[in-house]
Amino acid sequence: MAVLHSAPKYASNDGLLDTLGKALGDMLVESREEHGELLFTVKRESIEDALRLLRDEHEYQQLMEIAGADYPSRDERFEVVYMLLSLTRNHRVMVKVSTDEDAPVPTVTTLWPVAGWLEREVFDMYGVVFSGNPDLRRILTDYGFEGHPFRKDFPLTGYVELRYSEEEKRVVYEPVELAQDFRQFDFLSPWEGADYILPGDEKATGDAGAPGAPPIDDPKTTAKPEDTGAGEATDKKAAERESAGAPAEEDTNVEDSGAPAPTEDRPDEPARKGKSADTAKATEPKKGGDQ
Amino acid sequence: MTAMVIEESPTTNDDVITNYTINFGPQHPAAHGVLRMVMELDGEIIERIDPHVGLLHRGTEKLIEHKTYLQALPYFDRLDYCSPLAQEYSYVLAIEKLMNVEVPERAQYLRVLFAELTRICNHMLNIGAHVMDVGAMTPNLWVFELREDCMNFFERVSGARMHAAWFRPGGVHQDAPEKLLVDIGEWVDNRLPELFGDAMSLVTDNRIFKQRNVDIAVVSKDDAIKWGFSGPMIRAAGLPWDLRKSQPYDVYDRMDFEIPVGTNSDCYDRFMVRVQEVYQSAKIIKQCLAEMPEGPIASDDRKVAPPKRAEMKQSMEALIHHFKLYTEGFHVPAGEVYVATESPKGEFGVYLVSDGTNKPYRCKIRPTAFSHLQAMDFMSRGHMLPDATAILGAIDVVFGECDR
Repeated sequence: MAVLHSAPKYASNDGLLDTLGKALGDMLVESREEHGELLFTVKRESIEDALRLLRDEHEYQQLMEIAGADYPSRDERFEVVYMLLSLTRNHRVMVKVSTDEDAPVPTVTTLWPVAGWLEREVFDMYGVVFSGNPDLRRILTDYGFEGHPFRKDFPLTGYVELRYSEEEKRVVYEPVELAQDFRQFDFLSPWEGADYILPGDEKATGDAGAPGAPPIDDPKTTAKPEDTGAGEATDKKAAERESAGAPAEEDTNVEDSGAPAPTEDRPDEPARKGKSADTAKATEPKKGGDQ
Repeated sequence: MTAMVIEESPTTNDDVITNYTINFGPQHPAAHGVLRMVMELDGEIIERIDPHVGLLHRGTEKLIEHKTYLQALPYFDRLDYCSPLAQEYSYVLAIEKLMNVEVPERAQYLRVLFAELTRICNHMLNIGAHVMDVGAMTPNLWVFELREDCMNFFERVSGARMHAAWFRPGGVHQDAPEKLLVDIGEWVDNRLPELFGDAMSLVTDNRIFKQRNVDIAVVSKDDAIKWGFSGPMIRAAGLPWDLRKSQPYDVYDRMDFEIPVGTNSDCYDRFMVRVQEVYQSAKIIKQCLAEMPEGPIASDDRKVAPPKRAEMKQSMEALIHHFKLYTEGFHVPAGEVYVATESPKGEFGVYLVSDGTNKPYRCKIRPTAFSHLQAMDFMSRGHMLPDATAILGAIDVVFGECDR
């Protein structure tokens, strides 16, 4: 596929997928190239050796970032992604391992001291444990925080809120209480495989597991015009005035009060000359003006 | 030969002074925001620093997972609120990389132009704050005037002084008026060099400023690499590494500019690298203004960028595209990318995972200050307590970005 975008261009990936894949040997689980990025999945217990190999023998000197990600449907739900940068070869690769809540990932603080905080962040946000990290404390969340907020099953609102209590003269923590329900819009097109039933869609069958409307024994059809309810009687009914009219109408006994008469501030204006078609369209952009 | 006498402190006699621990911040004017540092001091010498970050953690990455791609864009302005457009840059490029969208040339020039203006704007704040941290008041007031000028330019192009949300996937939101481009050119030619030159003439050779910065927090090349340094911090260590040069995006490969590097890797070098970068940014801005072609400012792919207003009045299809873009949003092909750009503070990266829907599955933001702040401990060790403010000032840290 031709590259049309103008995202950062670094050295070519040509042949590197094979070269690095071979170098990683049996540490490698999977390797792929997509969107111009090289991704290597390695075994969890050999991540330190794999990164040492890439650093020492393949010139990936810098560890720029460690990112966690949560895929709850997988057996090992967490992914830990290491972004490596080669300053000399001007190239980037991503190396991944997967893990779950309990299995520890070997630390890479032995290779790069910068990994210390990066691992702390993944631990704080996802609860992934890094064995060998000398200082695995929480880093971004509050002192005494419970849970791991970036997990997909952690609610966006969290569980506690805090405020300063005037009575107790300190900050107190309370369960979250929303004044209004949290509204989640997804706007996915219902014609393109949204897996829920639209509100008011009584024809939905509900076989997607969502509670659907009960099946209807005798579906109502409108095959003939009479079935629709249209006709003379309906027209007559529709012509009837439902309301008694505005109070002013009743007083003046004028059936259709229409527009108010011009006041003295606005004496009768002479009739407009020309047609409305002669005026410039309001929607047309002005010539010469900048947009 | 006289026997060696152990020098006794006149005030302590036999008492042993133990190290003591103090809190620096979270409400300290030199902490550049809400940073708490637990410092262990031996007299006035720093033995150990434990920075506590996260006091400004807002869960931006989680919030982004609950928004469409376009709705998530303004969050990036609010990360590093001193250089908003530079943060948007990585994000829009990551989306464009996943979707493989072509961006019109004029939009690329406009983005480079305003990214460099953002760099100047950011450096004005950092240079001013750094100088003030070590005791000088006047230059800060002068460079803030230049910062104000930059803000006015942002306002004129996007309608917002700080949170512009002006870079969009596929281009920019609106075209820059001709008069604005003329004014920017005029400003870069006259006002910037004059006022900035004046302010810097007070500082760069100043004896007191040098005493506070030269040979403070020297970091070797190896350490800079190991600690994940980027931007002015790695360049001050003598490595000519600049993503605009080595991994060019948009039209940076057509720009002629130089990478200033330091020789001594101390706080003074970091400061001077930023000063020189301002002049290089001005050079890039001038080239952008000279070479910028006429043409569209956003992709003509209607599945990414909205149609023009006038077109919507005439065409039903344009109206539908507009409606779909601003309700459902666009769908991004499944996949994952890591895109990093050279923000004024260093490498600002976005790791974007898409599952093919209209919302990001995961958006990891790589802040620049996080790695730099981690090195605070080893950089400050053995220095005096007042040096900590100079070191922190030279890191250029903004907590909106560090804590996310």
